[in-house]
Amino acid sequence: MFADWPLLSLVIWTPIVGGLLALAAGDRNPEGARRIALYTSIATFLISLPLFGHFDRGTSAMQFVEFASWIPTFNVHYHLGVDGISMPLILLTTFTTVLVVIAGWEVIKTRVAQYMAAFLIMEGFMNGVFAALDALLFYVFFEGMLIPMFLVIGIWGGPKRIYATLKFFLYTFLGSVFMLVALIYMYAQSGSFAILDFHVLRLGMTEQVLIFLAFLLAFAVKVPMWPVHTWLPDAHVEAPTGGSVILAAIMLKIGGYGFLRFSLPITPDASLELDWLIILMSLVAVVYIGFVALVQQDMKKLIAYSSIAHMGFVTLGFFILFRIADNTGSLQGAALGIEGGMVQMISHGFVSAALFLCVGVLYDRMHSRQIGDYGGVVNTMPWFAAFFVLFALANTGLPGTSGFVGEFMVILASFKANFWIAFLAATTLILAAAYTLWLVKRVVFGEIGNPQVAELSDINRREFVVLGLLAFAVLLLGIWPAPLLDVMHASVDNLVRHVTISKL
Amino acid sequence: MHNVYLAIVLAPLIGAIAAGLFGRQIGRIGAHTVTILGVALSCLLSLVVFQHHVIGEAEVYNAMVYTWMVSDGIRFEIGFLIDNLTALMMLVVTFVSLMVHVYTIGYMHDDPGYQRFFSYISLFTFSMLMLVMSNNFMQLFFGWEAVGVVSYLLIGFWFKRPTAIYANMKAFLVNRVGDFGFVLGIGAILLHTGSLDYWEVFGQAEGMARETIGILPGAEWSLLTVACILLFVGAMGKSAQVPLHVWLPDSMEGPTPISALIHAATMVTAGIFMVARMSPLFEYSEAALSFVLIIGALTAFFMGLVGIVQNDIKRVVAYSTLSQLGYMTVALGASAYAAGIFHLMTHAFFKALLFLAAGSVIIAMHHEQDIRRMGGLRKYMPITYGVSLVGSLALIGFPGFSGFFSKDGIIEAVHASQIPGAGFAYLLVLLGVFVTAFYSFRMFFLVFHGEERFRHVQHDDAHGHDAHHGHGHEPHESPWVVTLPLILLAIPSVLAGYWVGPILFGGFFDGVIFVLPEHDVLGKLGADYHGIGGYIAHGLMAPPFWLAMAGLGAAWYIYMKNPAIAARAHERFGKLYELLDHKYWFDEIYAAVFARGSVKLGSTLWRFGDALFIDDILVNGTAKTVGRLAQWARHSQTGYLYHYAFAMIIGLLVLITAFVF
Repeated sequence: MFADWPLLSLVIWTPIVGGLLALAAGDRNPEGARRIALYTSIATFLISLPLFGHFDRGTSAMQFVEFASWIPTFNVHYHLGVDGISMPLILLTTFTTVLVVIAGWEVIKTRVAQYMAAFLIMEGFMNGVFAALDALLFYVFFEGMLIPMFLVIGIWGGPKRIYATLKFFLYTFLGSVFMLVALIYMYAQSGSFAILDFHVLRLGMTEQVLIFLAFLLAFAVKVPMWPVHTWLPDAHVEAPTGGSVILAAIMLKIGGYGFLRFSLPITPDASLELDWLIILMSLVAVVYIGFVALVQQDMKKLIAYSSIAHMGFVTLGFFILFRIADNTGSLQGAALGIEGGMVQMISHGFVSAALFLCVGVLYDRMHSRQIGDYGGVVNTMPWFAAFFVLFALANTGLPGTSGFVGEFMVILASFKANFWIAFLAATTLILAAAYTLWLVKRVVFGEIGNPQVAELSDINRREFVVLGLLAFAVLLLGIWPAPLLDVMHASVDNLVRHVTISKL
Repeated sequence: MHNVYLAIVLAPLIGAIAAGLFGRQIGRIGAHTVTILGVALSCLLSLVVFQHHVIGEAEVYNAMVYTWMVSDGIRFEIGFLIDNLTALMMLVVTFVSLMVHVYTIGYMHDDPGYQRFFSYISLFTFSMLMLVMSNNFMQLFFGWEAVGVVSYLLIGFWFKRPTAIYANMKAFLVNRVGDFGFVLGIGAILLHTGSLDYWEVFGQAEGMARETIGILPGAEWSLLTVACILLFVGAMGKSAQVPLHVWLPDSMEGPTPISALIHAATMVTAGIFMVARMSPLFEYSEAALSFVLIIGALTAFFMGLVGIVQNDIKRVVAYSTLSQLGYMTVALGASAYAAGIFHLMTHAFFKALLFLAAGSVIIAMHHEQDIRRMGGLRKYMPITYGVSLVGSLALIGFPGFSGFFSKDGIIEAVHASQIPGAGFAYLLVLLGVFVTAFYSFRMFFLVFHGEERFRHVQHDDAHGHDAHHGHGHEPHESPWVVTLPLILLAIPSVLAGYWVGPILFGGFFDGVIFVLPEHDVLGKLGADYHGIGGYIAHGLMAPPFWLAMAGLGAAWYIYMKNPAIAARAHERFGKLYELLDHKYWFDEIYAAVFARGSVKLGSTLWRFGDALFIDDILVNGTAKTVGRLAQWARHSQTGYLYHYAFAMIIGLLVLITAFVF
């Protein structure tokens, strides 16, 4: 029965309508706004489940397609659909939003309705980004989601929030403007804004290179890749916990998604030509950022840098395929890299969300993010410590947790391309362990560091639920990733085939 | 049998979950009951498996449990490979684990983290079983890292101690350096074979040996050699081989039962097990074998030397463990895999015994660990004394005790080996025998014989942690939950050696461990093997026995008869003593280069790369430049009407000019 419903429209518009309702409930009725937000987010999550359940794993074609005319003059359509690449990301979005709503339940005390509304509307936009098959529709959602995030950081953020929001907005906007130019150019060439038409649009090498670079700017900022990453630590530090969670868990993934949906299939020859650039930037992210993360004194900054390093695996996995073909003469391993990158995106969604929520738990009690202000938290918060250590280990890529799956796949795939690429990528085993466990050592273990730590109370039921759900997800994906992988195969195989056919 | 194998793995896991998550509800007794029942079930069923495979000579079992995932046509599975090697390892792991579980009831009696401790050691048993029962590289790596994590949690079990939480991080990071190599090794294997299943990979070993890989420009290496060395780097981390050994002595910060279980008997032998399991790969790479041989020999001798100058009872045993692991590694390098595994097994029994006996002493001494403050404990702790003697004799390879058979096998095998480096290794392992006997009996005499030096010590500084037993001043024997496991471990510490015939020279590992005919040293030795009696008689004549006796005698003379010699030697060889006392300065160098170096590099990259270059110059610099440009441009926006009118007229003139001409 669900298969006939306009599920994608529902996952986009339900939260937006819910958000407007929460706004209407107003700040004088925070309880009502919270309830509306909770019910809406849960409903959206439930609506998104059939996307997984009824997904046809045997085809790479778009599914749950919706199509309507929107701006006939420019041949723009309200065109939605998902494949194995985008569908898991929608589920990640709807799942994470539920957690964010619960996590902000008591913590947010001012402008509750607006806070909840911002996240719900953002959820709708992000689902729109993943579901849009029309480039202009994509662009509208892509830019639209910046606004609620801009407000979230700017209103509920820390002391330097204005600098952080501007930096965040200008950085991302700079990139996406170039993407808009590329999209309009391709519209001029093809007379259509359909992304799938772009995939088969013939483009010359110069055009491809320019388009590739335009997309690269847009998506590299989002991921973020070194050297356009410096907005992320600032944004995370200033953002409220919920903002950090969405930022890390979902927004970064939009960059990764963009590479798969736009860069690789639209400009395969330029991707082949410039893959060294992406690989280089990815490896720098893993190694350089790994060292930078080591010396951070602010927990959120540390996790932000760790995010950048982990996202390096995503981009590395996506662009390793040409080198594999070059080195081994076959494409065996190409899909391993891309799927590895995709699994890494989902896993990072869970793990980084969990880590930011953990920092939020501490911040709510102590109002400090400085590592030096903690020490011996395990003595007063044993359950919290158990969760924190679990997520920290997941962050180090421990087998049995989700963090392992993607990294393992990408390292194996890159070994097929080149020993040294694999070597540098694998340094994450040491670096991630070093910065994460050192964090754990200084914050969680040891004697009680100071009187404030001595008075900490362990996590409450609400926090337990949030962290427990994430722990479940992290372990499930680590112990049995097959169900996630199974939905990806057809789309990824199709992508690999498509990318290896020259457009010239 | 499939369900039996599953039950063996899952029983400890269930125990761990019950004790870990519901520890408060089920209480202390509940926690140790459920975990001990789980491990006991595992141990019993392992016996059944052993009976089925080894005695019943059942077919090798190789089957999948579930498909972890499929990607790009590569199947990543969870599955079991049960053959004689696995059956032996399962029995060793579950038996030692069961003994340690029982012992823990006594040792951790008063510890507030009682349930947590039981949860961890059961979780460890689960992980270790997953490791040894795996039929593929992915699951091997899972078990490999999982035992590492449990070790991390257990070394830092007393999380209030700064030394403990430093040691556990160090252990994890050093192990990660090994795992870094291990993962790349798996990558190398997948590159050629496209599979992670042991049997499929082993089938393609020869092909892999012929393929080359260019790593440094101009140099082409055999892919198999690269893969084997990378895998062995993993083993060097886990089995604490030089130069990745630095974590093991520090791991003694953990409670003694886990030093016995994890850092002596089982986890640290995972590397040995792994290489033996991979014998079909290592056999085709003489370079890798040679590398293994030399690393092992260096560890065996030089780590043993450090054991001589240690005064902490657990650290002496820890350095002894390092040295013995070196012996096992040497055996692997000499292609005497069976001898390595045999020593792994005997060592598991007698070293667990020695550690647990040390723990028993520590309890009696109220958590004093310095052997200089012990002495004369023989009459207070007869059982501990007796089993320590058994363990020490087994360790030094006294004829008739288990260590004799296994160590002699290794030394003979190295002697017969033709692998490059074997001569050097033979010299080191031979000298190592003297060293082993010397440090073992130095400790033994200092603890159990001689003057009762603990009487001179004030006890107030000896209260290391909260688990205390009786505060009477007379040391006394430990309770039965402590001594029973000691006795049960003492039995195989003697008897396990009598199995030497089938394991080293018989067909025990046929079809499991693969040795090329030209490397088959054990086969050569086997030709001269005519039963236990002859083996012992031959041993009495061979240099290792005399070296061991010399070491024992020297220890007796120096520490019992004429203690002044020790002090004089200390003065005379001050430099050498300092070198050993500082463990060859490994820790200091690593801390300076890797720990502080990384932090310095990180902060340089951060301050100059991120903060200064990207943020200040590029990002904010752009913003400021735009600001300055705007400052300048606003001068044109004066607000005076005649300025605008003037500009319009000029503009118009320019346009008209352009159009006309």
